[in-house]
Amino acid sequence: MNAETANACRMVNVYLYTRYERFWHWLQSGLVVILLVTGFETHGRLELLGFKRAYEIHNYTGLFWLIAFAFFVFWVFTTGEWRQYVPTTRKLFAVIRYYLFGIFRGEPHPVPKRKEAKHNPLQRLVYLGLAAVLLPIQMASGFLYWSYNSWPAWGLGWLSLPVVAAVHLAGAFAILSFLVVHLYMITTGHSLTAHTRAMICGWEEIEEREAVEDWEVKTRRTPA
Amino acid sequence: MPVPARMLWLPAAALFGLAGIVAASASDPGPGAAPTAPGRDMAQQATRGPQRWITSDHSKHEILKQPFASGPEVTRACLSCHTEAASQIHRTIHWTWVDPASPPEKPMGKGALTVNNYCVSIHSNEPRCTSCHIGYGWKDKTFDFSDPAKVDCLVCHERTGTYKKFPAGAGNPAAKPTVFPGDGKTYEPPDWNRVAQSVGRPTRDNCGACHFYGGGGDAVKHGDLDSSMHKPNRSLDVHMGVDGKNFDCTRCHTTRAHQVAGRIYATPAATERTPLTRDDLTPRITCESCHTATPHRPGVKANDHTDKVACQSCHIPEFARVLPTKMRWDWSTAGRMKEGKPYKEKGPLGFPVYDTQKGDFIWEKNVRPAYFWYNGTIDAISLKDPIDPTRRVAINWPVGSPADVNSRIAPFKVHEGKQPYDTVHKTLLVPHLFGPPGSEAYWQKYDWRAALESGMKQAGLPFSGEFDFVETTYVFPTTHMVAPKERSVACNECHTRENGRMAGIAGVYLPGRDGNRVIEVLGWATVLGSLAGVLVHGIGRAVSRRRKEG
Repeated sequence: MNAETANACRMVNVYLYTRYERFWHWLQSGLVVILLVTGFETHGRLELLGFKRAYEIHNYTGLFWLIAFAFFVFWVFTTGEWRQYVPTTRKLFAVIRYYLFGIFRGEPHPVPKRKEAKHNPLQRLVYLGLAAVLLPIQMASGFLYWSYNSWPAWGLGWLSLPVVAAVHLAGAFAILSFLVVHLYMITTGHSLTAHTRAMICGWEEIEEREAVEDWEVKTRRTPA
Repeated sequence: MPVPARMLWLPAAALFGLAGIVAASASDPGPGAAPTAPGRDMAQQATRGPQRWITSDHSKHEILKQPFASGPEVTRACLSCHTEAASQIHRTIHWTWVDPASPPEKPMGKGALTVNNYCVSIHSNEPRCTSCHIGYGWKDKTFDFSDPAKVDCLVCHERTGTYKKFPAGAGNPAAKPTVFPGDGKTYEPPDWNRVAQSVGRPTRDNCGACHFYGGGGDAVKHGDLDSSMHKPNRSLDVHMGVDGKNFDCTRCHTTRAHQVAGRIYATPAATERTPLTRDDLTPRITCESCHTATPHRPGVKANDHTDKVACQSCHIPEFARVLPTKMRWDWSTAGRMKEGKPYKEKGPLGFPVYDTQKGDFIWEKNVRPAYFWYNGTIDAISLKDPIDPTRRVAINWPVGSPADVNSRIAPFKVHEGKQPYDTVHKTLLVPHLFGPPGSEAYWQKYDWRAALESGMKQAGLPFSGEFDFVETTYVFPTTHMVAPKERSVACNECHTRENGRMAGIAGVYLPGRDGNRVIEVLGWATVLGSLAGVLVHGIGRAVSRRRKEG
C-alpha cells in the first residue's frame, strides 16, 4: 500500500463479486470480444479468419450469448441484484465532477464501492443502459439478422434488412466505444490493477469510510 | 491479499467454455461423420439406373438398307414409321428459329429479326448460318418450312459421329468430297446407310455439333459450351464428366414430342420450380428439379441463399475453363489488307485477334461471369427497334428485379461488339457477309455500304445508305460447366467491399459489402472520440500524479 492512499484513508478488503458475477463478467467479455472481431470481419472491415469462418463463429457465439443472457436475467432478478442497477441522480454529478476534476487532484471517490452498493450512480446508469437497453437491442437485432430467411413465415416480412443491419452496426459501435472507456476505467482504482484483481478473485481493497447511505443500499428490507 | 487457488477456476472455466464454442462453430463436420447434402442424395436417386432400352434395332430395318443419295430420302424412310416426327419438329424453334411462344407481333429468333453482335443476322447469309439448321436446304427465304422431307433427323440422332453438314451448304452434307475454305478441311459425303442405321437418342456429340460451335467456330459464343464439353472431366462439368455422372445433354434437357426443355429467348425454361418429389414427370431443366430448393446440409447458410442467388452463381466460378471464348468483336476495323490480301493474326491464346473479314477480337479464358437479376427471361431488341447510338446498346438483357420472387442473381457471359448501324434510321444493320464471288457480300468485295444494302434488302428492311459502328452487348446465361462443390465460389468473393462478384448487384443488402454510411461515420467517430477521451484523461492523471509526487 503506498503512502498516498494510506494517508487518505484506511483500506479494507471487501468481497465484492460472487462467483457467478465474475464468471458472467468474463464469459460476457470474451463473447463481446469474439462478437466484435467476427462482426467487424463480417461487416468487411477486418480480414482475420475469412468471411465464412468469421460469420459462422459470430452466429454461434451470438446464439450462445442469447441463451447465457437468459441465465443472467434469471440471476439478476432472483438474487435481487437488479437493485444495483436502479438509476439515481443523487451524487451523480459529484461522480461526474470527480472523474472530470477530482481524480486529477487525488480527491477520494465520492461514492466508494460497498458490497451492498457496488455501482456508483454513473455506473448504475451506464450498466442499466447496457444490460437493459443496448445489449437487448443488439441481441434482438442480431437474432433478427440471423433469422432473416424466416421473416415472411413469422409475419415479419415488412422488416427491412438494411435497417436491422444498421441497428446492429450502431449497437456494435456503441459496445466497442463502451469497451474502450471500460478498459480505461478499470485503471482508475486506488491502484492500476485493483479493479481487475477484484473481478478475478472477488476481493477488492476499498477505502474504509462511513456506512453506506440508505439510498445506496441495494436491498430494501421490508418489515415482516 | 493473494488470490486463493480455488478462485481461479472461474475465469478458467469461462475460457474453456469459449474455446469450446469457437471450436464447435469453426469446425466443419467431417465427410464421414455428417450426413451428405440432401439435395445431392435427391439428385443421385433421381438419376440412378439410367440404363435405357429400346425395342427396335435400326440396323435391321429393310427401309434403312436401301440406297440413299440425299438427306431427304433418309428422312422419308424415318417418317414411314415415325409418322408424327416431322410435324412435331416443325413446331419447334430448332426448325423455325423463331420462339414458338413469342407473340406474333414480336417474333423472336434468328428466323425473325433478332440480331446478335457476332455475325449479326442470318438474313442474306443463310447458306453459311443454316449449316446448323436441323433441315436441308434453307439457302434463302424461299425455303419451304412445311416440307416434312426437309427435316434432318440424322444430325440429332445418328450415333456414328461421321455425319457432317457442309459448313456453307445450307444444312446439306457435301454431295462429293469438298474443301471448305473457312477451315481448309475436306468434307466427305455421309455413308447414308451407316448413319441411318445408327440412330438413337441424341448424345452430347449430336447437340454439340452445333451448340459447341455457335458463332461460326469452337468456343466462340456461349463460354460455357464448347468442344471441351464433348468429353469433359468432372472438374469441368460435374454432371457431364466422363469420370463422373457422364450425363448427356438430354438428361437435363428433357424432351417431349421433340420439344427440348430449355430457355428460348424470352420464354423461360421453367415457370415453376417443381422438384421431382412433387411431380416425377417434371422437366429436369432446373437445378431444383433434382436438387430441391434446399440442397445443402441442414444449417448450411447456402440453403438460405437459394431465394436470391441462382445455383449457377456459386457453382460455376468461371466459364471458358478449358478453351478461351470470344469476349469482344469489333467489326469496325475489318477490311485491312496486308499486301493487298486479307489476313489473320493469332493472339497469345492461339486464337485469331484480327481477321480482315471480321475485325478485331478479344478472347478470354477462365472468365469470371457478370451477374444480373434474372427470372429466366432474356428480352432483346429487333432490327426494327430504334437504338440510342450515343451509348452502348444492349441487344439483349436479362429480365428480373430484386422485387420479383422468381428472380435470382445469375451469372452471364457478356459479349461486347462494335457493329454497323444506320445513322439516319437509328437501327442496327444486317451485313451481307457470306456469298459467292461477284456477290455484294462483304467477304467478297469488302465494301460495307454494298454489303449493308444487300443485307437489309434481303431482310426486307430499309437502309438510308448512311452507317457507322456502335458499341453493343449481348448476354448469354452461364449454366453449364458446373464445377465440383470444392471449387464453388467462396463466401468472401461476394461478401467483400472491394471488387466483389456482386459489386454491380442492387436491391439486396449484402453483409460485408454494404453498410449504412451515416452509422459507419458516426460509429467510428464515437469509437475514436472515446479513445481520444480516455487517452487525454489518462495523460492528465499521469501528469497530475507526477506533479504531486515531484
